[in-house]
Amino acid sequence: MRLEKCWFCSSTVYPGHGIQFVRNDAKIFRFCRSKCHKNFKMKRNPRKVKWTKAYRRLHGKDMTQDATFEFERKRNRPERYDRNLTENTLKAIKTIDKVRFRREETHHKKRMSGKLAKETKEARKELDQQINLIKAPGAMVKDTSSAKVTVKVQHESDENRMEE
Amino acid sequence: MRKVKFTQTNFHEKLSTIIEEFPRLDDIHPFYGDLLHVLYNKDHYKLALGQINTARNLIGKIAKDYVKLLKYGDSLYRCKALKVAALGRMCTVTKRIGPSLAYLDQIRQHMARLPSIDPNTRTILICGYPNVGKSSFINKITRADVDVQPYAFTTKSLFVGHTDYKYLRYQVIDTPGILDRPFEDRNIIEMCSITALAHLRAAVLFFLDISGSCGYTIAQQSALFHSIKSLFMNKPLIIVCNKTDLQSLEGISEDDKKLVEEMKSEAMKTLIGQGGEAKDGAEVLLTMSTLTEEGVIAVKNAACERLLDQRVEVKMKSKKINDCLNRFHVALPKPRDQKERPPCIPQAILEAKAKEAATIEKRKLEKDLEEENGGAGVYSASLKKHYLLANDEWKEDNMPEILDGHNVYDFVDPDILQRLEELEKEEGLLQEQEDDEEDMDVEDLTPEQQKELAEIRKKKSILIREHRIKKSTAESRPIVPRKFDKDKMFTSERMGRQLSSLGLDPSKAIERVRSKSRGRKRERSADHDMDVDNDGSNKKLRARSLSRSMSRSRSRPPTHELVPGEGFKDSAQKIKAFKLGKKSVEKRNKDARKGEGDRVIPNLKPKHLYSGKRSNGKTTRR
Repeated sequence: MRLEKCWFCSSTVYPGHGIQFVRNDAKIFRFCRSKCHKNFKMKRNPRKVKWTKAYRRLHGKDMTQDATFEFERKRNRPERYDRNLTENTLKAIKTIDKVRFRREETHHKKRMSGKLAKETKEARKELDQQINLIKAPGAMVKDTSSAKVTVKVQHESDENRMEE
Repeated sequence: MRKVKFTQTNFHEKLSTIIEEFPRLDDIHPFYGDLLHVLYNKDHYKLALGQINTARNLIGKIAKDYVKLLKYGDSLYRCKALKVAALGRMCTVTKRIGPSLAYLDQIRQHMARLPSIDPNTRTILICGYPNVGKSSFINKITRADVDVQPYAFTTKSLFVGHTDYKYLRYQVIDTPGILDRPFEDRNIIEMCSITALAHLRAAVLFFLDISGSCGYTIAQQSALFHSIKSLFMNKPLIIVCNKTDLQSLEGISEDDKKLVEEMKSEAMKTLIGQGGEAKDGAEVLLTMSTLTEEGVIAVKNAACERLLDQRVEVKMKSKKINDCLNRFHVALPKPRDQKERPPCIPQAILEAKAKEAATIEKRKLEKDLEEENGGAGVYSASLKKHYLLANDEWKEDNMPEILDGHNVYDFVDPDILQRLEELEKEEGLLQEQEDDEEDMDVEDLTPEQQKELAEIRKKKSILIREHRIKKSTAESRPIVPRKFDKDKMFTSERMGRQLSSLGLDPSKAIERVRSKSRGRKRERSADHDMDVDNDGSNKKLRARSLSRSMSRSRSRPPTHELVPGEGFKDSAQKIKAFKLGKKSVEKRNKDARKGEGDRVIPNLKPKHLYSGKRSNGKTTRR
């Protein structure tokens, strides 16, 4: 019994799930669910479909190269059974998983690191440019010329209202 | 004309094939001829074939006559009539031979299923009373699968099996049982076996049931033997006593023993008649039991041996052998001295052979183990028993194949510990680096700024929403003239409020607007609101504006303020009226009804709620 990877979205296919398609050139395509199967039949390229792992790896959203991936390789020659080795392997799998998870988190953080700066910059810009919506530019000015000013402001505010 | 000729040739062809395909009883081997005669009466067969022949000739004649007539036909109609008549006559002829065709068809099907017996090769024939064990014997020595049942005449026809002896193939023929009756009274099945006995040059095994469990005593069986012994001329005969597991040969009564001796002497006669030496009769009378399988092989070997000898003798006597005899020559090395040179076998091998012979009996097979523990369905062999592992305690271990979504086999590696250590070291380093790198040098917005930003965004979203509503209702929205402006959207107070919320002083603007207006009835509430004290008004307005609900713009008057045209006594009444109105609507809104009149659910099971797959995950609840 083996857990396979879905050809389209790269999620694990557990036994009893999904469909296998064998092409005439004997290449096997495994799909985890009909969504992936149907996308494949539509000849969509998984590297262009946003929610697949292939896309995410290609566009740098997920970690691509790491030492933790080297541990899991499909081996064609079976090893002779050794109880100690198996025990160690089982424990190792757990630690490797933890390490990988941590590394993925750091990758994500690094990716998102400029976000706060960017957001504050945008917020400041918005404040600068669109303060007109709450405060009139000539606020608190009380001159005779303010009549015209106020009329202008009135027009402007009306226009703002209409445009917005 | 052509049509008639064509039909005639067709018929001719078909009937000719039929006649040719069926074997002529005189041309084939007499064994088959007799067999066919026994199974399907020879006369009937010949008659049927003859009828077909005459039919063929008749059709030929009809065709000839009509073709001649057609040549002299004067009109199209006459020709057509002639053609119809010709075809009709041919059809009637064919219809008349219908029954014989059916009979021949049945024969054909039956003949196809007859066993293929080669009359010239080495054959062993098995005969005897019904139920003595002939079919069991043939099942044991060949791969034939003949029915074995407790009732008589289980075997109804001849069955052929093949067995090997000394690198030669022997045919073994199983016959149905023969009863002791006068020749004329025998039925078809018995006749089959009689025919086989008569025509095939084979070794005959006459089966005798010692125990009498076939239902016939030894006396009856020996009577049968004597009545058909004429058929055993020139054939090597062996008497086989079967079912010795139920009754041994020594244990039978004196009379029976005498009868058996008689049969043996008869058999010996055939042996002597062949020209063989007079042995003590051990070759002629054999015992066996098909149930316990003892003696079966011995019988087979004896029969094959006898047959082989006889055939070799016959061949030697014939003329043909002389042609090839001079080609046979066995070369032996000439002895140069009297020294004996036996074959040299190393001592080790002799010892090993002896040991093997001893251990072969002691060795317990897996099959025996299986039988002990309950048989095939109950016991499943432990395949891990013979594993070669570093430590034998590990043989019965169940290794997990899957862990946490990974295949364990993919991770198994002799160096895994080492690599894991390296990984941990790397990880430690990385973590240190991370701790060093944590620094945020971005300034946040002040809380004031954040508030302003929030207001801006709120206002923007309100504007967008309003615009969307306006856009969708643009064509159907009436343009309300001022005098029906119940909502008070176009009052100067509203303008004043808006301006003050923007931070400007509205008083001048309002004055100006007032002065330009047409002069309406001065509303007391308007005076009441018109405050020259800017700060105060601003404060009040601003305070009020800040407490608005999100659904309205700040520029609307508070709902529960008394407006004279509406007909309310005081503000409390107005509030109550609003409350009642809202209460009546609340329940309907909760049921998502459009209004009072919305009583019907047009679609009790809307498709979009009851169908559709999730993009990932389960759909156990809807």
